[in-house]
Amino acid sequence: MKDFIIPWENGTGIQDDIDRGTPAKMGKPVTLTIDGMEITVPEGTSVMRAASELGIQVPKLCATDSLEAFGSCRLCAVEIEGRRGTPASCTTPVHAGMKVHTQTDKLRRIRKGVMELYISDHPLDCLTCSANGDCELQDMAGAVGLRDVRYEAPKNAPLANHFEARNTSGEANPEWLSKDDSNPYFSYDPSKCIVCNRCVRACEEVQGTFALTIEGRGFDSRVAVGAENFLASDCVSCGACVQACPTATLQEKSVIEMGTPDRSVVTTCAYCGVGCSFKAEMQGDQLVRMVPYKHGKANRGHSCVKGRFAYGYATHKDRILSPMVRESVDQPWREVSWNEALSFAAKKLVGLQQKYGQKSIGVITSSRCTNEETYLVQKLTRAVFGNNNTDTCARVCHSPTGYGLGQTFGTSAGTQDFDSVEKSDVVVVIGANPTDGHPVFASRLRKRLREGAKLIVIDPRRIDLLETPHLNESHHLPLKPGTNVAVVSALGHVIVTEGLYDETFIAERCDVDAWEDYKAFISDERHSPEATEALTGVPAAKLREAARAYAQGGNGAIYYGLGVTEHSQGSTTVMAIANLAMMTGNIGREGVGVNPLRGQNNVQGSCDMGSFPHELPGYRHVKQPEVRKIFEDTWGVELDAEPGLRIPNMLDAAVDGTFKGLYCQGEDILQSDPDTKHVAAGLAAMECVIVHDLFLNETANYAHVFLPGSSFLEKEGTFTNAERRINRVRKVMAPKNGYEDWEVTQLLANAVLKETVGKPWSYAHPAEIMAEIAATTPSFAGVDYTVLEEKGSVQWPCNEDHPDGTPLMHVDGFVRGKGRFIVTEYIATDEKSGPRFPLLLTTGRILSQYNVGAQTRRTENSVWHDQDVLEIHPHDAENRGLRDGDWVRLASRSGETSLRVKITDRVSPGVVYTTFHHPDTQANVITTDYSDWATNCPEYKVTAVQVSPSNGPSEWQERYNAQAEQSRRIEAAE
Amino acid sequence: MTPASSPQDDGAIAEIISQIIEGHAHLEGPLLPMLHALQEEFGVIHEAAHAPLCKALTITRAELKGVISFYHDFREKPAGKHVLKICRAEACQSMGGTALAERLLEKLGLDWHGTTPDGKLTVEPVYCLGLCACAPAAMVDEKLIARADEVRVEKALSAKNIGVSA
Repeated sequence: MKDFIIPWENGTGIQDDIDRGTPAKMGKPVTLTIDGMEITVPEGTSVMRAASELGIQVPKLCATDSLEAFGSCRLCAVEIEGRRGTPASCTTPVHAGMKVHTQTDKLRRIRKGVMELYISDHPLDCLTCSANGDCELQDMAGAVGLRDVRYEAPKNAPLANHFEARNTSGEANPEWLSKDDSNPYFSYDPSKCIVCNRCVRACEEVQGTFALTIEGRGFDSRVAVGAENFLASDCVSCGACVQACPTATLQEKSVIEMGTPDRSVVTTCAYCGVGCSFKAEMQGDQLVRMVPYKHGKANRGHSCVKGRFAYGYATHKDRILSPMVRESVDQPWREVSWNEALSFAAKKLVGLQQKYGQKSIGVITSSRCTNEETYLVQKLTRAVFGNNNTDTCARVCHSPTGYGLGQTFGTSAGTQDFDSVEKSDVVVVIGANPTDGHPVFASRLRKRLREGAKLIVIDPRRIDLLETPHLNESHHLPLKPGTNVAVVSALGHVIVTEGLYDETFIAERCDVDAWEDYKAFISDERHSPEATEALTGVPAAKLREAARAYAQGGNGAIYYGLGVTEHSQGSTTVMAIANLAMMTGNIGREGVGVNPLRGQNNVQGSCDMGSFPHELPGYRHVKQPEVRKIFEDTWGVELDAEPGLRIPNMLDAAVDGTFKGLYCQGEDILQSDPDTKHVAAGLAAMECVIVHDLFLNETANYAHVFLPGSSFLEKEGTFTNAERRINRVRKVMAPKNGYEDWEVTQLLANAVLKETVGKPWSYAHPAEIMAEIAATTPSFAGVDYTVLEEKGSVQWPCNEDHPDGTPLMHVDGFVRGKGRFIVTEYIATDEKSGPRFPLLLTTGRILSQYNVGAQTRRTENSVWHDQDVLEIHPHDAENRGLRDGDWVRLASRSGETSLRVKITDRVSPGVVYTTFHHPDTQANVITTDYSDWATNCPEYKVTAVQVSPSNGPSEWQERYNAQAEQSRRIEAAE
Repeated sequence: MTPASSPQDDGAIAEIISQIIEGHAHLEGPLLPMLHALQEEFGVIHEAAHAPLCKALTITRAELKGVISFYHDFREKPAGKHVLKICRAEACQSMGGTALAERLLEKLGLDWHGTTPDGKLTVEPVYCLGLCACAPAAMVDEKLIARADEVRVEKALSAKNIGVSA
């Protein structure tokens, strides 16, 4: 990787990009002398790293600071006074008083000799090589002063090298291997390989997939995958090997095509809630590659296939770049100027409010957009439309987290930072599939599991985490979908009745009356694993073992996902989880906690920013006059004291004829929300649907105004990840549509304000929006762009009490004062399997695709997953006469669709599973409108279904596709 | 070294593989003992054994491939009934080992790793048999031959009923 000088690092907290050769260590300070200069470093640091901190780069090939030292290249030899020989500086730890010399005549000769041998088996085609200018082998040849290579193959003799395809007589060289171009994003060229092992070690140590190995031995040693090529292997295309490779052997195809980048901008990935920091490496305004930034505090230099490679959607031909309008949805779209589109939209919205009342329109904010953009969208409805009709897709994912953790702990957020997992001893994963949904966190978790931490997985499906290479003790509780509360409560029952709870913690930190109530409740025999076994399908003995492991295994951390929240009892499960953590004292320090794995890059932020109809920014209820006053003073308007409509209510009201207009930013509710037919009916009943997006998404099929959006590469702003970390998003190129998304919202607001003769908004930069957020929202009081530049990122709360932000929550006490135990009675969902619908469908994600797939489907990621398939247990398949790959009809009480089946014992009998990445599948035609009792979060994770053989797409799919095609027409320019 | 069993059906092979894996699972670092036992049983490391080995040891296909390919004695394809190994390391080379190998290969009509058409003999290179002081060295099955020359090697082969033509 090129060591770029990051332009704004001088004098700020942002660190340089230099490869220090070996990882940083924690330890007592040790002082030594290197080349006559004194340096103090932590104990355990390598001599190589200590030298690097002095600015002395010891030549190296097999070392890089993302990997533990290996000591194979011998280029980094140094001399140490009082020691014999020339030890490798990467594998030699520092000692107090050590005197090291990194440059002597002897070392120079050794290094030249080593380099000469390396180069004797490497092609000398530097000028035409894709790594020219970004090659460590080239750099090292320069650094050691290599001027001559004496080893040459004899003419006409069999070749003894790996890089020439044929000898001078034209005979094939058996040692030469051709390029492996099977991966869509990078190529493997064995002829350039120096077998330094960095790729193999990166795959093992950093990613944890162990897809690479060294095949053979001695001169025959080659980097190899466990299958015929990269694509067929276990490789998950995270890019760690490409990043680690010092030569052109593993190289991004974009670099092969475009050349090496010349500048780099640090920004934040726009996919999942891990919020990885990346360097966008550029040539002018062209993106050459995305490389994970090693000082990123969420990802620590790692990435996954989505953030690293799947950015091609930003320049995909499907992207719409000019605004479009139409009077009705059966007409083709008409491309118009921004002015015309905005005034068209504003007139419609104002007209609707005049005709149907102030509350007849609303907005949906996006968890994909920045905090600043989200803040403006909710401000638009509250301050300009004069109602609280704002909601967000977090409604359909983590709203129960907000409610559940708010009730028990007092904040609506995860308690830890991602670094915390390095200190966990037992990790409980409930209803989440981190290797696919949150891959970079999964890699960090897997590292800890390889170090010996125990794993407990509560999931209907045998997720990949359970197949982690070199996994130690693991427990899988394969519950029936919909029985989370029963299982988590049974864990609580075991911990309480077996006396495994932490009495001191409870007495000091929790509301003791609530604990006594809870204790009496949970001790009842009806919550025991034996009593609930028939219901949950989890063997009682296994559940007891897992409960004991969590309660007694040291630091216990719980991570959960949408498999917890997207249920009719989603909020109850979140509270049950919070109860478990409190009763075992696993809150308020490193290695423990309760952590929702957020699905989208800015779910946390969009919730923080007041996207919900009942809450102003910072989770403060609109009913509170003192909170309203803050915003009324800032915005200069009077605010509605009544909570507005949630998404499902908006749709119901639309069908009833009282809700008529919607501004939907960066969200595809038609595909992502439950019961597609109902969503379609609601949208069809509205008179003005404004879709603000990169693509003509499914919702746009029912839209009247289309405002083109900007990608995350084209705007300034911030995202807040699952650990409450506010990360900067930086503009690396001009918006292709003309405006950043926050500008579009401002233009729309001003167009409406022009009609209503209000005072226009005048934000000139997202920093000004953040300043307004900080001024109005206590948990963000200390956040501003200068602080973010200095620190790289901060975790809220960031204010006077926590000027540097808050990595760990509830350290000295719960935010709400005393932690509150809440009784969690299991109530079965109304969605039950029966004779007509005997199977339970649950849904999830796959690594290569992301949510509704609007982005990833428009990248090469589709080579890994080109369609959604239905996983079914061999018994259930056999009963239905199904073979692997057959088309099946999947039907529920709501609707039916068709897709292909995959027969696997990953799911239990009675359970089927699919992903929802492809609009053709329309998995949400199947899902019902049952939802969480507290928050309306839809019950995506349980639907009673029947599966039967089929010939192909269902009638609904064909009708839908025809409508979609019709609706996407754009009128030819005149 | 010799394939102990006659052709078997897939089910029976899978059964033997799982017995071998189970039988060695209690050992510390059980992979190499398992591989040895598998090779002992089948004469090769059956591809059918790869997945069960990976599963039992929570290792990946790549890791297994790395180990199997590191040791030349683990075979993917069966060898002849007997194996002749001729040392090609430095000491043996300096004592005429290379020339000896060339002559033997020519007489047998084989290249390195080749097997005679009757399936009786496979010739393999080996890098040091630990007999440097009595170089050159060779080995027929488990029997070492020090100060090897054509006569001594051919004698050892004829003891296995393998004739070496001129």
